[in-house]
Amino acid sequence: MRSRQQEATERLAAHTRREFLNTSASGLGLAGLGAALTADGLLSPRTARAADAIAASATNPLAPKPTHFSPKAKSCIFIFMAGAPSHIDLFDPKPELNKRHGQPLPKSMLDKVRFAFIKKDNALLQGSPFKFAKHGQSGMELSELVPHIGSVADDILLVRGLHSEQFNHHPGQLMMQCGRGAFGLPTMGSWLTYGLGSESQNLPGYVVLTSGRGSSGGATLWQSGFLPSVHAGVLFRGQGEPVLNLKNPAGLPPELQRAGLDTLRDVNQGRYAEVRDPEIASRIAAYELAFRMQTAAPELIDLSSEPKHLLESYGVERPEPKGKGGRGKQGDTYKSFARNCLLARRMVERGVRFVNIVYASWDHHSNIPNELPYNAGCVDQPIAALIKDLKQRGMLDETMVVWGTEFGRTPLGENRSGKREVGTGRDHHPFSFSMFMAGGGFKGGMTWGKTDDIGWGVEENDVHINDLHATMLHQFGLDHLRLTHRFQGRDFRLTDVGGEVVYEWLA
Amino acid sequence: MWSGFRLVSARPWRRLGRPHALLMIALAAAGWIPLVGAESRPSDSAEHWAYQSLHSAEPPTVQVGPFSDHPVDRFVAARLRSADVAPSPRAPRHVLIKRLSYDLIGLPPTPAEVEAFVNDKSPDAYEKLVDRLLASPHFGERWGRHWLDKARYADSDGYEKDRPRANAWRYRDWVIAAINNDMPFDQFTIEQLAGDLLPGATPMQRLATAFHRQTLTNTEGGTDKEEFRVAAVFDRVNTTGAIWMGLTVACAQCHDHKYDAMSQREYFQLYAFFNNGDEANTSVPKSVAAQSQYATLKKQHDAKVAALESKRSARRNALLAELDKHEAALRAQLAKRPANAVAFHPITFDKLEASEGVRFDRQDDGSYLVTGSNPAKGQYTLWFKSDLAASPGVTGLRIETLADKRLPSNGPGRVQHGNFVLSDVRFYAATTPKLDKNHRVALKSAKADFAQDNWPAAAAIDPKLDTGWAVGPQFGKPHHIDITTTKPLIINGTAHMQVVLDQQYGSQHTIGRFRVSLRTGSEPNDGMPGPIVNILKGDATKRTAKQRDTLLDYVASRDKSYAELSKELDALKKQAPASPNMTVRVIAQRGSPRQTRVLIRGDFLRPGDPVTGGTLNVMHKFELRADGPTVKLGGDRLDLAHWLVDPANPLTPRVAVNHVWKHLFGHGLVRTVDDFGVRGEKPTHPQLLDWLAAEFIRLKWSRKALIKTIVMSQTYQQSSKHRPELAERDPENRLLHRQNRFRVEAEIVRDLALSASGLLSDKVGGPSVYPPLPAGIASLSYANNFKWNTSKGEDRFRRGMYTFFKRTSPHPNLLTFDCPDSNTSNLTRNISNTPLMALTTLNNITFVEASQALAKRLVSRAANNDVDRLQHGFNLTVARDPAPHEVESFSKLLETSRSWYATRSDDAKKLVGGYQPEGVSPAEAAAWVVAARVMLNMDEFLTRE
Repeated sequence: MRSRQQEATERLAAHTRREFLNTSASGLGLAGLGAALTADGLLSPRTARAADAIAASATNPLAPKPTHFSPKAKSCIFIFMAGAPSHIDLFDPKPELNKRHGQPLPKSMLDKVRFAFIKKDNALLQGSPFKFAKHGQSGMELSELVPHIGSVADDILLVRGLHSEQFNHHPGQLMMQCGRGAFGLPTMGSWLTYGLGSESQNLPGYVVLTSGRGSSGGATLWQSGFLPSVHAGVLFRGQGEPVLNLKNPAGLPPELQRAGLDTLRDVNQGRYAEVRDPEIASRIAAYELAFRMQTAAPELIDLSSEPKHLLESYGVERPEPKGKGGRGKQGDTYKSFARNCLLARRMVERGVRFVNIVYASWDHHSNIPNELPYNAGCVDQPIAALIKDLKQRGMLDETMVVWGTEFGRTPLGENRSGKREVGTGRDHHPFSFSMFMAGGGFKGGMTWGKTDDIGWGVEENDVHINDLHATMLHQFGLDHLRLTHRFQGRDFRLTDVGGEVVYEWLA
Repeated sequence: MWSGFRLVSARPWRRLGRPHALLMIALAAAGWIPLVGAESRPSDSAEHWAYQSLHSAEPPTVQVGPFSDHPVDRFVAARLRSADVAPSPRAPRHVLIKRLSYDLIGLPPTPAEVEAFVNDKSPDAYEKLVDRLLASPHFGERWGRHWLDKARYADSDGYEKDRPRANAWRYRDWVIAAINNDMPFDQFTIEQLAGDLLPGATPMQRLATAFHRQTLTNTEGGTDKEEFRVAAVFDRVNTTGAIWMGLTVACAQCHDHKYDAMSQREYFQLYAFFNNGDEANTSVPKSVAAQSQYATLKKQHDAKVAALESKRSARRNALLAELDKHEAALRAQLAKRPANAVAFHPITFDKLEASEGVRFDRQDDGSYLVTGSNPAKGQYTLWFKSDLAASPGVTGLRIETLADKRLPSNGPGRVQHGNFVLSDVRFYAATTPKLDKNHRVALKSAKADFAQDNWPAAAAIDPKLDTGWAVGPQFGKPHHIDITTTKPLIINGTAHMQVVLDQQYGSQHTIGRFRVSLRTGSEPNDGMPGPIVNILKGDATKRTAKQRDTLLDYVASRDKSYAELSKELDALKKQAPASPNMTVRVIAQRGSPRQTRVLIRGDFLRPGDPVTGGTLNVMHKFELRADGPTVKLGGDRLDLAHWLVDPANPLTPRVAVNHVWKHLFGHGLVRTVDDFGVRGEKPTHPQLLDWLAAEFIRLKWSRKALIKTIVMSQTYQQSSKHRPELAERDPENRLLHRQNRFRVEAEIVRDLALSASGLLSDKVGGPSVYPPLPAGIASLSYANNFKWNTSKGEDRFRRGMYTFFKRTSPHPNLLTFDCPDSNTSNLTRNISNTPLMALTTLNNITFVEASQALAKRLVSRAANNDVDRLQHGFNLTVARDPAPHEVESFSKLLETSRSWYATRSDDAKKLVGGYQPEGVSPAEAAAWVVAARVMLNMDEFLTRE
């Protein structure tokens, strides 16, 4: 049920939008500015055009922008599994490793590597306790922990040979989000809205949804770095108002919010008439967008219009399973994650460019047999439902779904105590890990890359994170070498100093 | 066997992409782009303008429009005239006072201040205003915050764990005070980069080095300490390069700079200076008052202690006089002892081992002090031989952990607060020197004189390494643990033995001073300590003075009146006045210097050629100070700081005046304030930049004098109205044909609203505060490890710069308005304009509260009419009276609101909150909240015009 206030706000928003568009050409008389001044005899037509251009660019930094070449994808749902899920237990079956369970590695292999917690002298190989099976026409091999994802195997591109240089979580997570394990850089979503603008008139272009515990990277995982904060991810919250400060103060109805904004616009327009600073027009526009967002965001998170079978397919009302789940659990995690997947679809439908679903943590240094099923169970069904839902609506082609993380986990068992025994956990492993993609112009039913027999190094078709980013940008019609921003004398890009498009992935 | 094993792809071209690599080479060959490498750097980079000496041009004698003969105006006028553009008129007085107040103290002027200035007919009215604002304590806050952006100041460690940094705010206070006291910029530079190296460095000069202690600290599990130490040193080099030289030195971390005249080797010469400054702690007085109060109290206390001590020593002398009598009594007691009474025998070790760099210094009392490097964990392996295991054998071990003034908090542990965790004790013995697990001696029980909750003595002999014995909060005193063997260890003849003290807790919870004794016997003894027994058994004629003192101490400890005096003394010492100092994190020069090496591709695991300290060849000569202690290393941070502020250095003053200019005009004279290199923009007014740089030095690096010079110019005082007729010719106002308008910074957005509404606390400095934070923000930090305890009272309304800054979860009101995240140095903030900002100033609790307070302030006016109240609201926010159309629009809003709330008293009360003024209805008060809220959102209010 929508409240009376909500209805009133919607009515007002619709009215304002009409007025906004009809009475003042584009936005708040920005195109009109030059013309008006020309009519006043203040400007030559040429100068008027220059003034218009300045005004337009100042007004909406998120206006859609042309791409470098024709794009396949329009929006991206990045499902970020923070903490590094075990590729060996989920996506990369290793019968040889299972056979060698309990054996040590040759010393020569361990000399040059380091671990966070494993004591190398006594570490032993640890097979996976989980069974793998083939799925779909392509026969993609996946763990029994992700049966639902198995059901969409023919729609996904599984990449098994990713690698990273970053060994610890926070730098690793920055590497995955920013292309380099350093601070102060824009994240993927920032680059996309910077390069493409946003299609949404009522919602932010870059949205973040979180479940589970706080991640290692916290808010740095959706920062805009040296780009303006308009390109930072906007956190949609699971509790209270969906966007910070969205609700009017207690006792202030939408009618008076509108009346107040009308007065504010009068005053600001008066100031604009006097000082002619296009930034004022931009501020007026921002307040109007804020007002529209006050309606659009609650409407977005209101799932009452979604059919019951769809809610069930995502698992929006699933109960928490009994048993362990300490690392990936905080509150009603299963419900929250499922809801976030469904919200992501609704956002993309409404023109949001980049949705970052963050779920933490997969940092299974111990107790994989209990904890990994909890996390996998949390994400498996909703993600598969999301892919099916997008496909059924014909949105999958233009929506890129990416399941990713900062690195993988060791084929060696973790023996923090230094004992020579197989443990129940695995340590950090940046030398190889797995991710998968769906839609966005990527091939389905394809497995790319091959790790060695124990899942340690990459044997065939290794893919660096910079390559992944380059390929993602390519699908958005952006050349990763040309999407740059000059900062402190250097032209920065998402792919740092690397990146090569993996053309074999493209449908 | 698996094949093809490798760690990562070993194809370097792959990261660049082969086709691109080939293209780059082709382009380079064609001369279109520079090829990476020293030889191929643009040959003119050394001739780049920024490296050249300051150009000493006289200001041109050009008069344009209203411009004065102020040197700044003459430079600007010359440019304007050559472009045939007239300057803008001087801004009206109410705009000038608002502009100056925003720029110099970051607060709106009060209506009374505006009125006084507007009506001040004296010729120096403007100058008096400037002087008043420069003298305000809020000047240091405003300009201190600019500096804190550069210093990447925050209240937490950064990275995953992001722990709070206790007392970090002391550095913020240092900056505010230095700027308020107008510390010359050269001294400001030297103290922050190398205050610890100044002769006779004061605590405040050491505190200044916290500038480079703002780097992040990664305490995530399993990090390589060296990796993150190197990362912090890189950051120090890069930050120094950016702030003082305006150069992107970071580019030369991995390779020679592509564009600027800097080789990778030169980068590591700079790195060498910082490589020998380590992260350290130091004590600073909490405050001047606390320090002098302490001095008085300490004197009184010391006198009392001395009096009691002399009383006690008189009693000791009396006991000495009758020592023979007491000794005879002790001998009699000893004679009655059972043969197998428990006795402890301190061990002298043949060999002591721990991780690299840890040293063990034997003390006179048979204990060992642990010195040298201080790793996170410890495993002390101690070898010795002993005959004591002869039947009836050894029955256990005693491990004493001893206090020592040389340890942090007097020990016994090596961590800052003096604790330790003894995770496991292992004991081995055999007849041969080779010991292994087959020679492990089984241990039965462990008892300690004191154990911390949840860290019992027994945990030191259980098989678990994550449990152990610890002694918090009883630091700074000796403790011991007695461990018994399951059965007596009997080895006839000389036995080879080993004791392992395993300390795996981490974060330096290791033992700092210890003594280990073998235990023999099993019958309870009379408590007479081993050393006393040995003295009594020894030859009395050969007794040393020291042995006699030991004996006398023991006798005294059993003497009732001496013991009472001791007790009294202990009690008195506990009442000693608390230290007036607090601990702060700083940088301190390393005792034994590190050899710096070039790190190949910036990789800390790939050291290359050794280098010593040095600067850039393209710049003026680098000279070591004559009495410097580090000539061999090529100098230290102090030499570098001197080089940076050497008058021969053209970069430092150019970059510094450009920063100041940027804050007063919205743009620098060099628009790329963070890049003075080849890729940066050239100055719009090169001669003016150089004149200001030279003037800054002539003004003895006075920040206030420089600011005054600039704001006194007509160029600064111009109107900021846009001139559409120049939209094409000078769209970005590079000619300075007007002042600029720009939205104020995140902290100032808050300060303005709180100030106009009368809520703002004017307290300067002190610890960070916790203004209201929306729910669910703190929990985004790692594993929900952070709680935000909202401040009460005055601290709820402090200036934005005092908000506790947690790096992984900063206050959203700050980030939303482009506040830098403080993970790296920030030289120029973005100014964006987003709907989230609108929602913040409309709906965020802080701003709603400001609206409520402002409404109350207006409604409480004596004159009961709307126009008066609206006028006052405009006076408080935009320093002027409202125009008729504004009065009309606000009146309409008031009417709409009044009629809405007339029948909705509950809603009205909600909106008014705790700010209901007396004598009006809630509906009237609520209508004014609606209006006040709009005033606080006016573009003109949030914009520095």
